[in-house]
Amino acid sequence: MATSTNGARGAQRWKEMSKPEVGDWRVKGGLAQMLKGGVIMDVVTPDQAKIAEDAGAVSVMALERVPSDIRRDGGVARMSDPDLISGIIDAVSIPVMAKARIGHFVEAQILEALGVDYCDESEVLTPADNAYHIDKWQYKMPYVCGARNIGEALRRIGEGAAMIRTKGEAGTGDIVHAVTHARQILADIRAIQNAPTEELMSMARDFQAPYELVVEVARTGKLPVVNFAAGGIATPADAALLMQIGVEGVFVGSGIFKSSNPAKMADAIVRATTHFNDPDMLAEISRGLGDAMPGIEASKIPEAEQLQTRGW
Amino acid sequence: MRPRIGVLALQGDFAEHIQMLDMIGIDSIEVRKVQQLSEIDGLIIPGGESTTIVKLLHMFDFVDDLKSHVESGMALWGTCAGMIVIARELADPYPTPLNLIDIGVARNYFGRQVDSFEAELNINGIEGDPMRAVFIRAPIVQNTGENIETLATVPATDDHPEQAVAVKSGRVLATSFHPELTQDTRLHSLFVELAEDARLDENRVNAKRRLTEETASTV
Repeated sequence: MATSTNGARGAQRWKEMSKPEVGDWRVKGGLAQMLKGGVIMDVVTPDQAKIAEDAGAVSVMALERVPSDIRRDGGVARMSDPDLISGIIDAVSIPVMAKARIGHFVEAQILEALGVDYCDESEVLTPADNAYHIDKWQYKMPYVCGARNIGEALRRIGEGAAMIRTKGEAGTGDIVHAVTHARQILADIRAIQNAPTEELMSMARDFQAPYELVVEVARTGKLPVVNFAAGGIATPADAALLMQIGVEGVFVGSGIFKSSNPAKMADAIVRATTHFNDPDMLAEISRGLGDAMPGIEASKIPEAEQLQTRGW
Repeated sequence: MRPRIGVLALQGDFAEHIQMLDMIGIDSIEVRKVQQLSEIDGLIIPGGESTTIVKLLHMFDFVDDLKSHVESGMALWGTCAGMIVIARELADPYPTPLNLIDIGVARNYFGRQVDSFEAELNINGIEGDPMRAVFIRAPIVQNTGENIETLATVPATDDHPEQAVAVKSGRVLATSFHPELTQDTRLHSLFVELAEDARLDENRVNAKRRLTEETASTV
């Protein structure tokens, strides 16, 4: 490797610094920036992870059961077996995410030790703590968390989350709650942005959100981190709908591997997320995909069985 | 008249590049269709997932035209995933890069996300203070062909030898890190100069006219 004098000067400075900073805020949030315009897919085996990667997924979520199976089976849903997660990490070159239970910081420590690229502190698993979420600042591993409104989103960011997704209602294949949550977050942002500065403290109180983050939203007109949609996306049109509403990318849980032709559905949702604003392309993409996941109408789910009300 | 710059908007942090260009007074376009390549003097391939971006470039028939445009003199800049996409070859099995600059690249060189970092970097051709470079699951340049100018390296540490992280060849630029995640627009200004050079290149104008006619006739 040829060394320039410039490089040598760089080396000097490098040594002067104690250590390059690892796991800081920009680096954590930065990975989420790289996922924008992309699709993150739930997978339960290394083979599924390969199918997702081949279809153009930007990342995979490694878990033992997709949300619709968790919903069907009942019982306590926990972090996946490290063997399964490591097997998926070894199978693909794209970043791998995995879920920890809300408040279960030891599951999170284990995921970080496994080298997981992003932890989803997720309402899809059974919460481990009814009062407190994980203190996400304590980790080099970045976090994504679910939210239904700006208050919930900013509380999670206040705790150190580097990426937000809508909660939606996971495992249903019904898009209505993801739409509701995405619209709510965007409406809250508009309200903050349009408020005179003297009203921001009261808004922070009403939203139960950290004041500094409310001020930041007022200044920039967007969340301080990347904002994706999740919970009920089952077709290319669903993905494009959320993108047009204003999210920056999508998670697809049960929607791919519970459809009749997962490889084709995965490919189509990736295409639709890129060309979300082009109806001619979307019409072409939506042709002949086979059956989408069967789905459950979310309004038929009793409140006690809703996943989105887990966490606060 | 300023050069026209496009940012590949198939996936990744294209919005940040557009914002950086905006900060230095350059209007740019989001490139999602191959026909748009005829409207620009320079293309930025942003950070993102390289596997995904390569897949989408094939899916939406960009590969041949992109190559022709670069050969005819269009300026090109790949950041992080973008650098992987335009490399000659990779040390990794996946994806197959497009061979638009004569460099061999290794993906995720420094490790997984928990090993991502920031550091100060001196860059040849950039005046003043070192740049704050953000490395996220970053690749490095492992070998370079002839006519490749190394602009910046990260020095050797206990874990790795000295490695190139910014290189240039003609009007093609490749960087391992993400200037678009900072407020430092100096590399973007450098790229605008390359695109301006492309805009004023008469040979390219003629080649581009031929290319546009060919694309039109095959559509």
